[in-house]
Amino acid sequence: MTLSSLPERPDLYFTAAALLLAIGVFGLLRRRTLIGMLISGELIFSGASLNLMTFNRFKAPDPAVGQIFVLFIMGLAAAEIAIALSIIIAVYRNYRSVKTRELSELNG
Amino acid sequence: MTSIPASSQIVAAIFLLCVATTVAGALIAALTARIIRSVCGLAIACIGLAGLYYFLHSPFLTLMEILIYVGAVCVTIVFAVMLAEPDEPTRDEQIGSKVLWGGVALLVGASIFWGLWSLGAHQDWTAPVTRVNDGSISAIGKALLTTYSMAFELISLALLVAIIGALAIARTGRAGQASLPRREATSAQESQEPATRGAGETPALLGEPLRTKP
Repeated sequence: MTLSSLPERPDLYFTAAALLLAIGVFGLLRRRTLIGMLISGELIFSGASLNLMTFNRFKAPDPAVGQIFVLFIMGLAAAEIAIALSIIIAVYRNYRSVKTRELSELNG
Repeated sequence: MTSIPASSQIVAAIFLLCVATTVAGALIAALTARIIRSVCGLAIACIGLAGLYYFLHSPFLTLMEILIYVGAVCVTIVFAVMLAEPDEPTRDEQIGSKVLWGGVALLVGASIFWGLWSLGAHQDWTAPVTRVNDGSISAIGKALLTTYSMAFELISLALLVAIIGALAIARTGRAGQASLPRREATSAQESQEPATRGAGETPALLGEPLRTKP
């Protein structure tokens, strides 16, 4: 294991992707506002994209497939961000708050 | 690449810098109290991730990552932060439940990381594969317009529906907001403390956009 072969080792990429997923789940459980949870969801998307790109680089026979998949993930993440932020702004107009503790209208 | 002395060490250092940037940005995004710093952490993590995509032989995704995530997603979240001004509730929460939920979240995140890392790091990933193309931008374009043309059209439709839906959702409350009296809006904003907020106040606030809609 030399220093120059470091970018060619898949386990480093897998470790980074697992860290992104773990930090995203940690933030999703810890955050108390809707926008914070949305940012943590983006971190989970990024971890999934990095994992797929690592498999695409080291294991896939067709290297275009993983790139197209990650491109679709980015497009769906952008659509999700647009919808979620408009919902958050509508919620803020109605409740004057985006804290998840106070959005308890359906809580019996 | 071999003309510069110690070029492989420089490349390895840049790679480690990209990994560190990604992880540090994700930690900033998950741990800071203010949402605007969290958005900046997300942007830093996406820049590091773009560098990792470059090391994975995909300069196209490097450009797309910076263009979409840093340029569009983070800017949109910053606009939503300006419109909704969410700060983390630090005062009105018991310190015990905060520590408890932080511990639960840390436990779940650490167990996910340990499981994935023990799966991924102890395998032999060095088996070579035969490539059918070089994965360049022209190969991506050909695959998008031949094999994946259905998914390509579907995602364009999904983006169109998302834009129209976002406009419709964000526009619905605006008519009620415009005809809402300013005094009532500020008084509702002042009385948003969770302890003093009555149960009868919220249905009135909920009903306002429906009542004033033309």
